[in-house]
Amino acid sequence: MNEPLHLWLIPVLPFIGFVLNGLLGRRLPKAVVSAIALLAPLGSFLVVLFASRAALAHTEGYGTWITAGSFNVDITFVLDQLSLVMLLVITGVGFLIHIYSVGYMHSDEGYWRYFAYLNLFLFFMTTLVLAGNALVMFVGWEGVGLASYLLIGFWFQKKSAADAGKKAFIVNRIGDFGFLIGLFLLIATFGTLSFSDLAARVAANPTMSGGVLTVIALCLFIGATGKSAQLPLYVWLPDAMEGPTPVSALIHAATMVTAGVYMVARTHFIFDRSPLALSVVAIIGAATALFAATIGLVQTDIKRVLAYSTVSQLGYMFLGCGVAAYSAAIFHLITHAFFKALLFLAAGSVIHAMGGEQDMRKMGGLRAKTPITFWTMTAAVFAISGFPFLSAFFSKDAILAATFASGSLGKLLWFVGLVTAGLTAFYMFRLWYLTFFGETRSHDAHPHESPWPMLGPLVILAILSIGGGWIGASRFGAFLSPILGTSTEEMSGSLEYIMMALAVAAGAVGWFIAHRMYHQRSAAAQLAAPAPAGYNLLQNKYYVDEFYGLTIVKPLIAVSKYFLEWVVDIAILGGLAWALGALAVFFGAILQRWQSGNIRSYAAWLALGAAVLLYFVLAPHVFGAPSLHLGMAGH
Amino acid sequence: MHLILFIIFAALCLTGAVNLLFQKQPINSALSLIVVMTSLAVLYLLLGAEFLAAAQVIVYAGAIMVLFTFVVMLLNAGREERTLGSQAYRTVGFPAVAAILAVIATSFVKLQGFGNARIDDHITSTADLSAVLFTKLLLPFEVTSVLILVAILGSVALARKGDAEGREPK
Amino acid sequence: MHIVSHEVPLVWYLILSAVLFCLGIVGFLIKRNLITVFMSIELMLNAVNLSFVTFAHQWHEVKGQIFVFFVMMVAAAEAAVGLAIIIAVFRARSTLAVDRIDLMKL
Repeated sequence: MNEPLHLWLIPVLPFIGFVLNGLLGRRLPKAVVSAIALLAPLGSFLVVLFASRAALAHTEGYGTWITAGSFNVDITFVLDQLSLVMLLVITGVGFLIHIYSVGYMHSDEGYWRYFAYLNLFLFFMTTLVLAGNALVMFVGWEGVGLASYLLIGFWFQKKSAADAGKKAFIVNRIGDFGFLIGLFLLIATFGTLSFSDLAARVAANPTMSGGVLTVIALCLFIGATGKSAQLPLYVWLPDAMEGPTPVSALIHAATMVTAGVYMVARTHFIFDRSPLALSVVAIIGAATALFAATIGLVQTDIKRVLAYSTVSQLGYMFLGCGVAAYSAAIFHLITHAFFKALLFLAAGSVIHAMGGEQDMRKMGGLRAKTPITFWTMTAAVFAISGFPFLSAFFSKDAILAATFASGSLGKLLWFVGLVTAGLTAFYMFRLWYLTFFGETRSHDAHPHESPWPMLGPLVILAILSIGGGWIGASRFGAFLSPILGTSTEEMSGSLEYIMMALAVAAGAVGWFIAHRMYHQRSAAAQLAAPAPAGYNLLQNKYYVDEFYGLTIVKPLIAVSKYFLEWVVDIAILGGLAWALGALAVFFGAILQRWQSGNIRSYAAWLALGAAVLLYFVLAPHVFGAPSLHLGMAGH
Repeated sequence: MHLILFIIFAALCLTGAVNLLFQKQPINSALSLIVVMTSLAVLYLLLGAEFLAAAQVIVYAGAIMVLFTFVVMLLNAGREERTLGSQAYRTVGFPAVAAILAVIATSFVKLQGFGNARIDDHITSTADLSAVLFTKLLLPFEVTSVLILVAILGSVALARKGDAEGREPK
Repeated sequence: MHIVSHEVPLVWYLILSAVLFCLGIVGFLIKRNLITVFMSIELMLNAVNLSFVTFAHQWHEVKGQIFVFFVMMVAAAEAAVGLAIIIAVFRARSTLAVDRIDLMKL
């Protein structure tokens, strides 16, 4: 608390990288651009490491931002256990992905632009996590949305990429509207946005529950559904796969999409007071998890499968939050960062090996051709399926256990989570078999292993995916308890082991079915045969995009065109402008008749003016005023 | 005596002025104006301004009005035509004139300390006039001569036969 | 108003001057011949001269009469130049009707 930790360095270093690469990068050689871009996250990571030795929680203020009456907002950064673990993940995994990108984007023309945007993203994300009050967090929140837009639409000449970027930003904005309403309500209710002040005020009011707190919590959660791709605002995430694969790994797997979970954990003291809001969070989390998993079953694009998998795993995290097991959710967030980033980067390596091909139906037999990619991806696939003692085993288990222990709704949601775990295993192993096993189904590609900048991070992330969970959920929860409170549910030991076994069994069942369908025989037609209608529904993602297009997009466009453009813009505003002009012409025409050139008319008006002047000059002396004394002195 | 003279010549002034307004031929108007000028000269005499009375007759009636008559005859200005122009002169002009008359007349009537005209001891001789004119107001006097010179040159230039660019007449 | 047999109240001179002035304005307004309009202006100048002389008489100020002197000079110069302009206008437009000379308009 005493010596300054210079927390500002953590966001500012990437920002400097952004400025340098953004302004000068076009003219600098690739090596210099890479050096600048890599030093930034490395520097931030080192600062975080250095700061982690200090006593937490550590607050640093950088001045006042807003002062309006009794309402103040300062620019403060807070380093506590929660933000520390998030920062380690963001800067650490971010650094690895930067290294990977050096290899992946090597031949791209916009190399410098890519790294500038990537550093910009890091700047905003670290600001979001370090924020000591909700408004600074909102700055980071919006900023990562911007960076996401820039990076999704990185190949902006491709229409689908540009559209995807727009879709991501717009859908995020809808969520941000909810977030803003939540902020306004917080100000109205508590008069402050600082997290520590809010926690203190809520704690000082033990009986306060429900009511406005529910509304605030739900509004904030709407923001989280937008940013973290939950129902109903998840639609942007699958389209975001148009961006480069490292972007998908960093932003849409490991860091940005977890901002919603982080935000809920940060404001948990509000959610704790509103059982209704917590139920909503849990239900949406579980529903999203199941929903996305079903869509992921039949996707043929390797990145789409991973995208829906991300949505599904985020659902798990929100399920954890919804049952007030915040530390379990954060734990899963961290393990998910490891294995999901690894999955995406490995998929990128596969795509690179296949020369740009992303359709799994055209892949196969890569096990022998790209061994390192194969083994690292295997680690991730096993991890996500909950293979015992790998990282996600601990985290997923913690969430499912906490869910089961939370009343009757909890048991229903636990069952949904269990089914989803099975589905997760199924589609991940399906991906595994289709990509790496069997005969090569594409005859044009010449698969080759990726260069070392791409493989190195894969190896590191594989190690983390395997061993990252060993700290154990309970010790992790204890570490975070100063911030997140302790979970009150205690479970008996045997019940816990039964749950673990059930989860592993679900995973095994999924693996087994996938093995039967994809390893021994081939083609996705297997799934289509029994239920063609269901298969079509899933393949078309439940037609959600089309539904949104029909009910929201089309009416908006119609209103814009027929009302706003025709009525307001052309008729009213255009008419007003025209009317002003017509008015000027009208009065001008009247006045023009006065300038007739007729001398006698001019003379008449002159006489009138002279009369008025004479009156005003003589009247003070003549009328009313004391009478005229025109005598002159001394005559 | 004074009164009778005043009434006669004031009446002549007014008659001449009204006649100027009602005559259709410009030459008749010019002659009426000469009548007005000469009556005014007598009125100046009644007010004790000898020199001005003489100047009025010489300059105004004798030079300026002659000039007017010359121009009327040169241009062969005939009967006034009836034209259809704007009626503003009636609707706006006459009330304005009435207002001017009312304001000036009222301010004159309300003057204090104005008695009667007495020419016995208030005759201003030419010597009195020139005593001021050639000493204190010498500069304006000389400037006036320059003014008249300029006027001569101007009128010669303007009235010369030739076209608008001032080329010599053929 | 007391009328002594050979005394004229000065105010009457002033009223006469005002009436002549207004008759001059009326003439300016109603006459249609350029030269006649100009003559009305001369009438106005004379009316003002009369009122100057009256005031000079009241206060025994010779400056009033000197002003009249200057007014006469200026009127002479003005008459000369003005008539020259009228001749030039007549040569250009072949008409002396005031209403026909209306080129200065929008």
